[in-house]
Amino acid sequence: MTAEIRTSDGELLSVKLKKVERRRRTTAFLLAAPLLFFIVFAYVIPIFQMLGRSIDNAEMNSFLTETHEVMQTWDGSEMPGEDVTSTFYYELKTAVENKYHGKIATRLNYEKGGFTSLIKKTSRKLKNFDENANFLDQFIDVHKKWGDIEYWQALKRGTDAYHFRKYLTTFDYEQKFDGSIERIPEKLRINVTLWLRTIFVAVGVTFCCFILAYPISHLLSVLPTRYSNLLMICVLLPFWTSLLVRTSSWMVLLQKQGVLNDTLVSLGFVADESRLELMYNMTGTFIAMTQILLPFMVLPLYSVMKTISPSLMRAATSMGATPFHAFRKIYFPLTYAGISAGSILVFVLAIGYYITPALVGGAKGILISNRIAYHMQQSLDWSLATAMATVLLIAVLVVYWLYNKIVGIDNMRLG
Amino acid sequence: MNSKKSDFVKFEQVDKSYDGKELVVKGLDLDIAEGEFLTLLGPSGSGKTTTLMMLAGFETPTNGEIYFDGRPINNIPPHKRGIGMVFQNYALFPHLSVYENLAFPLKVRKVDKSEIEERINKTLKMVSLTGFENRMPAQLSGGQQQRVAVARALVFDPKLVLMDEPLGALDKNLRESMQYELKHIHESLGVTVVYVTHDQGEALTMSNRIAVFNDGKVQQLSGPNELYETPVNSFVASFIGENNTFTGTVKEIASGSAKIETDSGETIVANPIAVNSSGEKSRISLRPERVSIDPNEQLENKFTSEIREIIYHGDHTRVRVNLLGNDDFILKVPNASSDLKLNVGDKLNLGWSSHDCRALDY
Repeated sequence: MTAEIRTSDGELLSVKLKKVERRRRTTAFLLAAPLLFFIVFAYVIPIFQMLGRSIDNAEMNSFLTETHEVMQTWDGSEMPGEDVTSTFYYELKTAVENKYHGKIATRLNYEKGGFTSLIKKTSRKLKNFDENANFLDQFIDVHKKWGDIEYWQALKRGTDAYHFRKYLTTFDYEQKFDGSIERIPEKLRINVTLWLRTIFVAVGVTFCCFILAYPISHLLSVLPTRYSNLLMICVLLPFWTSLLVRTSSWMVLLQKQGVLNDTLVSLGFVADESRLELMYNMTGTFIAMTQILLPFMVLPLYSVMKTISPSLMRAATSMGATPFHAFRKIYFPLTYAGISAGSILVFVLAIGYYITPALVGGAKGILISNRIAYHMQQSLDWSLATAMATVLLIAVLVVYWLYNKIVGIDNMRLG
Repeated sequence: MNSKKSDFVKFEQVDKSYDGKELVVKGLDLDIAEGEFLTLLGPSGSGKTTTLMMLAGFETPTNGEIYFDGRPINNIPPHKRGIGMVFQNYALFPHLSVYENLAFPLKVRKVDKSEIEERINKTLKMVSLTGFENRMPAQLSGGQQQRVAVARALVFDPKLVLMDEPLGALDKNLRESMQYELKHIHESLGVTVVYVTHDQGEALTMSNRIAVFNDGKVQQLSGPNELYETPVNSFVASFIGENNTFTGTVKEIASGSAKIETDSGETIVANPIAVNSSGEKSRISLRPERVSIDPNEQLENKFTSEIREIIYHGDHTRVRVNLLGNDDFILKVPNASSDLKLNVGDKLNLGWSSHDCRALDY
């Protein structure tokens, strides 16, 4: 056992060291604290709250708590008994009195189409019900849909406190009322197409950015400062212009009567009646996104290339390597860190890109992010939107994890 | 064995300009013999590195032709010249191990695997780095990196190796031991070496011949001792070693001796090197160690000086005196004679032979 080391005033060295360091650590923490609180309250918590919505159905559950409880004993194979229908009657009556039956109608409609009108009509007729007669018959009298067992099954499922069905929808699957999982009818499938297209565009844009950025970055790193600064400004200029302005400029350039088409027509490369379709399709999305994301590839590449001594290439050629061989064996491997950092940056940004595909993409060029926005703003199916967003987040985290495994996050250089 | 060529490398009227306004290298004529260790020595901006880069093929001569082993090489790209090169910052490939660094020039030449291994082992042994094959360059000290760089330039048996200030980044002790090591490697391999440096000590230690560059021209090309003992002009005299100077006008000139009146009005008997007629202005150069203190023997030049400063240097003491109006006249007093009582303000008798005192261009 080693002897305890004490300072000259008799205190244990480790204790004394902690005391002395504490003040410094506290100061450091206090300096970082405002940012930490900001991130936690304005970023982390809201994100997790949003993500929670993809499985959360607690509000619906609170509207019809008793119905939901009574329904747990109903197996759903035949029409529900009076215990279920009576409980539902009383809870719906409370809902009508407190005016939240509209919300119930909307939420149930996500489970099965036709619920909106069904609940609304039923709510209006609720005051005519005879509380001593058979409730199921009276429901069926109001609307014949109550005679269809699927509506009762939907009611049971729709009042669960949480569920994962939105994740099935994200990949164009649905859970039947008998519990089996099937793909939705072909003409309704859209999400898988969008996922594949999003990945294709993200990979493609990353690749295009790499091809375009590599020579520019190299030029930037070898030019004398005077010229490289000017070129750097040209590369960074897009950063200083609003994204919306840049995207709109692309619309001016790419549309059928736009600058590019006009030029091609006037030069005679393209006939006036067969102007190129450069917008409202994938081409437009590709061109505009590549231009906008290019700086994110240039900067990491440039920062890595700047550190590569030109004498390495000279050394390689002095040893007999052709310039191409020297590039392939020496220069290119030394830029891996920049390539991977730039690629992950562009890929992650591209996979969630929204404005550009929305404006220049048209129906054929929209991506998953546009679908998320649609569900947030128009269909108001927030659960589905957040389920999609969660899948997107997980996809990005997986890419990040792979990157860390293969390259190591410490090797990332972002300029 | 073939006789060694005296013009293994030949520069013929080579000019080089980068901007079209100024010549960095002016009309360079230079022959380098096979197996020679030739150093290009000069201050920065003197054109020595440019000369080396033209030989390596990284710069093209603006005018003139360079011959390597009898072939003109102006239009041969660097990778076809077969010249080994050691760079100032070593230029080791940071992503490759020592072994892979050394294997690179051999793989390019499609040498087969067993021979690669054999040659690398041999070369690493030569620079005493056996056992370091799997280290990465970043895991080596400066001196070790330097050896790897030398080994890499030699491993493919080039006939000519160029070195561009390879020891510049090392500390003083390491630099000195590397100088001897490079000298021994050169002697054992018999390879031709062209070495660039601005450090005269390095040049004097290692070279067979030294080309002193200034202002784009070779000022003097000779062996280390001639360069030091018999500089042909005042630039070389002042650049190599320490030097005391007087300026004056030639009064009388005969073979082997000239009387020169200094600006202070005294007359010095000097050895006329770069002066031909009386009335010419001249700069007289005199090495500090050639000056005797309190001379007994018969010397042509005897004067009295006054001590201005005494600086202790361990093995010797430097004494700065005022002599013939020159306030920066330096004497080197060896430590053995430290019983000599020196005090600032004392008078000191000095003398030197006319042979050691060289009258050069002004």
